[in-house]
Amino acid sequence: MHKLTYKPFGKQAVLIEWNASIDKNILNDILLFKEKLRNKKPDLYTDLIVGYNSLTIKYKEKINNFLNEVEYLKSIYKIDFQFLKKDNFIWEIPVCYDTKFGVDLEEISTKSNLSIQEIIKLHSEKIYTVFFIGFLPGFLYLGGLDSKLFFNRKPNPRLKVAKGTVAIGGEQTGIYPSESAGGWNIIGLTPINFFDVQKENPCFAKAGDQIKFKQISLKEFIALEKEVEKSNYIISKKVIV
Amino acid sequence: MIKVIKAGFFTSIQDRGRDGFASIGVPVSGVMDSFSSNLANNVLNNTLDDAVLEITFSGCKLEFFTETIICISGGNFSPKINNKSINLNSRIKVFKNDILSFGKINSGVRCYLAVKGGFLTDKVLNSRSFYSNVTHQLFIKKGDMLPISSLKSDLKTSNSSIKNQNAHFQSQEIACNIGPEFNLLNVSQKKQLESQLFTISIDNNRMGYRLVEIIENNLPQILTSAVLPGTVQLTPSGKLIVLMKDCQVTGGYPRVLQLTNNSISKLSQKTTNEKFFFVFGKH
Repeated sequence: MHKLTYKPFGKQAVLIEWNASIDKNILNDILLFKEKLRNKKPDLYTDLIVGYNSLTIKYKEKINNFLNEVEYLKSIYKIDFQFLKKDNFIWEIPVCYDTKFGVDLEEISTKSNLSIQEIIKLHSEKIYTVFFIGFLPGFLYLGGLDSKLFFNRKPNPRLKVAKGTVAIGGEQTGIYPSESAGGWNIIGLTPINFFDVQKENPCFAKAGDQIKFKQISLKEFIALEKEVEKSNYIISKKVIV
Repeated sequence: MIKVIKAGFFTSIQDRGRDGFASIGVPVSGVMDSFSSNLANNVLNNTLDDAVLEITFSGCKLEFFTETIICISGGNFSPKINNKSINLNSRIKVFKNDILSFGKINSGVRCYLAVKGGFLTDKVLNSRSFYSNVTHQLFIKKGDMLPISSLKSDLKTSNSSIKNQNAHFQSQEIACNIGPEFNLLNVSQKKQLESQLFTISIDNNRMGYRLVEIIENNLPQILTSAVLPGTVQLTPSGKLIVLMKDCQVTGGYPRVLQLTNNSISKLSQKTTNEKFFFVFGKH
């Protein structure tokens, strides 16, 4: 049991907060609470939004009595519902770190005194946790970047960052799911689609899943890109036990 | 079908939006001024889920290939059918090959065209609202053919129209409630939020409205957490951003205020250099 705070967020939403830290135990507690709410009275809510240390409940109707609602939510939080936990997966994401794509690798290498090979090793040997998805459809907020790779965002964001770009921004790493403007430092490119509305589940990953990057060559990238285009490529995954 | 002869500045199909997809990072979207679009759908006895055309800053010209009944509401952009002026907020019969055009802007920023039975562009994730990488298009283009319902209707047209609600366009009062981080502000910051006349900067669109005035900001950023349409963020520079319908699902700036739904509608009829006050919790 964590100590939670409940705040009104306008008249139609409640913000529930955990301790302000980025922590997998907190994430698991948030996700469990979310499942309990979904299981109890799903028709009352239009959405349940996960943040690093928060869960925001959006209601269909205005909340009449905030304090009564908080008492109700507290009673739901206390229910022992462990069996509701969904399967989580670890996904293997192929990334080409060739400097053709990783246009900021040399700058990071110079400023950090790490060789490009060391940067790639540090980035691809870690296992990252998906905390939630935001910023853009299919953009994963990942925790677990090695502190040696913490690298400030660019002072002037690029106007166009390609879809599939793998980058480092501050203490985070992430993948751009679509072309957009962006201020993160670019280290590679993945052929994997992180958001596709044609699919029944437009984003394969969900909060609580994990990501492992796997280095591929330029040649492998080109071959994989074709497979992904033909929808032949199945992302390798394992259930997290 | 309706053929787009001129798209105008920014014209898109919108409905009530797609709630329920925050877990994959998809914004709510939907009409900016739901007060006006609901009015247009109500006049036609449509359901409030029916999709409308949201026309920003006029300039749009359309040709009807299907006979139908329409209603235009929201901003007054001097709508005409075959060059003859028509009323806002009333039922108007249109025939095959009729041309609907919009001209001089008399009031507001966004105008809504509702058709009997609604626009029938593809539903993606439960909504027809345009949004990039979700729907094919972000806005309509010249030459597009927009599918509409061709249901025969016995709805009577009339010259009577509902009076435009002037307060909706002219009032400077934007009602809001305090946001989750409001109580981290000091007394003078709170006072400034309550009393300052705020100006809309040139940076205003369906994602958000940046304001000109600066509030001295000493608050730390927060761990990334949910934001909603109508959330007012205080950025490190001290400038405020009022998030609108296409806003991201999460953000890292303190959330100091939360607009009411009706205030989102009112604000979306204002644009660059227009001024307003935040009015706290009388609703």
